[in-house]
Amino acid sequence: MERKIKIFSSKQERLIEYTVPIEHGMVVLDAVIYVLEHFDSSISARWNCKAGRCGSCGAEINGIPSLMCKTRLDSINGDIEVVPMKVFPNVKDLVVDPTDTWRIKKAMPNFKISEMVISKSSGITATKNITLYEYDVTRAQEFKKCIECFLCLDSCHAIRVHKSAYIGPMHVAKAASLDMNPLDSLDRRDFLDKNGIRFCNVTKCCTEVCPAKIKITDNAIIPEKERINDKKII
Amino acid sequence: MKDKKFSELKTDILIIGAGGAGLRAAIEAHDAGANVTIVSKSLLGKAHTVMAEGGIAASIADVDANDNWKVHFSDTFVEGVYLGDWKMIEILVKEAPDRVYELEQYGALFDRTPQGKIMQRAFGGHTYKRLCHIGDRTGLEIIRVLEDQVLHREIQILDETTITKLVVDNGRIIGAIGLEYMTGNFIAISCKSVILASGGCGRIYKTTSNSLESTGDGLALAYDVGCALINMEMVQFHPTGMVYPESVKGLLVTEGVRGEGGILLNNKGERFMKRYSPKRMELDARDVVARAIYNEILKGNGTEHGGVYLDITHKGAAFIKKKLPAMYDQFKDFADIDITKQKMEVAPTVHYHMGGVKVDAETCATNIKGLYAAGEVTGGLHGANRLGGNSLADILVFGRRAGIWSAKYALHLDAGNKEILKAQLQNEIKRINSYLRSDEEPSQYNNSKFRIYELLDTLRQAMNEYVGIIRNAKGLYNSIEVLENIKKEIKDIKVSGTTKYNRSLLARMELENQLIVAECIIRSAIERKESRGAHFRNDFPKKNKKWLKWIICKKKNGRLALYPLQLKQIPKHLSFIQKEKYALVIK
Repeated sequence: MERKIKIFSSKQERLIEYTVPIEHGMVVLDAVIYVLEHFDSSISARWNCKAGRCGSCGAEINGIPSLMCKTRLDSINGDIEVVPMKVFPNVKDLVVDPTDTWRIKKAMPNFKISEMVISKSSGITATKNITLYEYDVTRAQEFKKCIECFLCLDSCHAIRVHKSAYIGPMHVAKAASLDMNPLDSLDRRDFLDKNGIRFCNVTKCCTEVCPAKIKITDNAIIPEKERINDKKII
Repeated sequence: MKDKKFSELKTDILIIGAGGAGLRAAIEAHDAGANVTIVSKSLLGKAHTVMAEGGIAASIADVDANDNWKVHFSDTFVEGVYLGDWKMIEILVKEAPDRVYELEQYGALFDRTPQGKIMQRAFGGHTYKRLCHIGDRTGLEIIRVLEDQVLHREIQILDETTITKLVVDNGRIIGAIGLEYMTGNFIAISCKSVILASGGCGRIYKTTSNSLESTGDGLALAYDVGCALINMEMVQFHPTGMVYPESVKGLLVTEGVRGEGGILLNNKGERFMKRYSPKRMELDARDVVARAIYNEILKGNGTEHGGVYLDITHKGAAFIKKKLPAMYDQFKDFADIDITKQKMEVAPTVHYHMGGVKVDAETCATNIKGLYAAGEVTGGLHGANRLGGNSLADILVFGRRAGIWSAKYALHLDAGNKEILKAQLQNEIKRINSYLRSDEEPSQYNNSKFRIYELLDTLRQAMNEYVGIIRNAKGLYNSIEVLENIKKEIKDIKVSGTTKYNRSLLARMELENQLIVAECIIRSAIERKESRGAHFRNDFPKKNKKWLKWIICKKKNGRLALYPLQLKQIPKHLSFIQKEKYALVIK
């Protein structure tokens, strides 16, 4: 069996169509690699683990931000169109430059362990005698499943409208993972407030595209928004 | 169009690799006062460490109160079939608990016991429940917290950059030459010290759990400057990789599945491990389980797609989804299998390289001045077989040490000779541009692969076939022949495009490195005329005391030379422990 796949070429500024033989279980990335190895050896695409774990191979597949390595060809009817994520500057073909997100991560206050923990016993074994239960950690653990594939940023219309005034869902989820860490001593409400969390109008597009199935809007963005409002009221 | 642009960079310490070892080294070297630069082939946070699932082995005894560093030492040394570097193992098992607590202080949140302690799970070859874990994504958590630490320090990160050459002058490291993917520019990095933390080489095999970038470049870079490589024949096959669909063949099925109670069955429904390892069953060391599965498949007891069954359905859906969420998703998404109701099909897959750069246990220094190494790229620690969970401990313990000692070395040193670095830069620009065609490569309308990818397939297929779980002289010499043919042809292979984000150019460059690593593995495998740990030869099926030594691979007059190295007698304070282990056997 064969399928048609159209891949964006930055040199020609258009989609180029290829016909690729299909086997059961093939994903879009298999088809892109097939094109690279058989038809155009200079085509640029980014991938690494090819197992949905590293988050390198994000692209828009038939308009939907998706991981190429997790999107099965048999889940798509008709032609397959693969274009790069539009929220980032294009480097070449399917490759974009997401390194501006490092700047946001640097600016976000990092995890800082609570003084109460440190004062009990010092040094590297300071956490040795801490008691934390499963229910203490599960809330923050949800956001730590994030593989930073950037798909949520690509799906976010608040970013599309407000540009760099809003840091986007991935970073709010990161802030939530730190704020909800029971050992953390800082508060990232001011950071989120200054960085446009208010622009999010909770349409949950980010949750829909998240390959790690994190409920970004319900469990990270809304609670953080509420905490910010609480602070303002008090 | 050929691109000859380049930039220059000066740093104290250059770290090659942004996995766990590289990031941990960067933190330590920075805090010691050094100026640090990290280069990485993948984007920051995408390194192969994110794939580590099961956990980190440390005898913190939060679950089994009897555990201590001595038992961990014995497990590691004995399962490494007495070939491990006991000095490295001692350091590893004594320091691993501190590295776990340190992760907590960096913000990691481990799964907890009902008593509120760190949850530890059972794993093959470990006497006690020892693996501290976060579901089945322990590696991801480690990468994220280390990445946070690095990003909040003044550490320069050059991700999507590959190092093409280390530059040595007067026997000491003075810099390195790299190629940045996104710009296509070359970069000359002047540095006083280099830490190799570049990971493994699983991609020289066809069936592997390793990421695209694990092509053994670090091993080849080290070999090129005269560094000694040891135990290169020791390639670990993880017993359980996916076999179907073809798209995900080789993808890892975590040992955690067996650790949490999964059992292995052949096509007759027989729990065959009881024939191979009646006491430890599915949780024997990886080499034993991998060979057992391989044997069952060879005997015709395999499944439809050439594997065996791995069954965890008896544990119930709620337990499986909580403890093995990534495995549940992986089989559902890629194979249409619901592991709470159906058996998985699995077969061995190349997973880890025990061999690598020879380092000093205390300092992680190599035989080249200024060159340090940590993590999978090094050899010695795991002997002939690695225990699950010991690699995450390895990258943190020795990553930290490499950071400390490279900083001590570099801080009071002058920069090297710039002219030599510049000359090497020009050589590298010339060499790599010579891999590019000046015209467009004609499209392959007959559906055959471009030649570079065909050669890569040939190498990976030969490694699978001849240098796999069961080896012998005939097969190994066959693989040498394949290698020689590729070497002859590769000189004329050119790819189209420019130096900018060119996957095929990278494949062309990596293939050169893969050939060097493959040759070291094959030659060492021919040399070791016995079976030990992961190295099994059916023409020498027994373990032989005579071979209780390391095989060193080193470049001499432009060719590969092998030297045996007798192992040092284990010191008194450790040999005592070993005896104690035998008294402790409870398996």
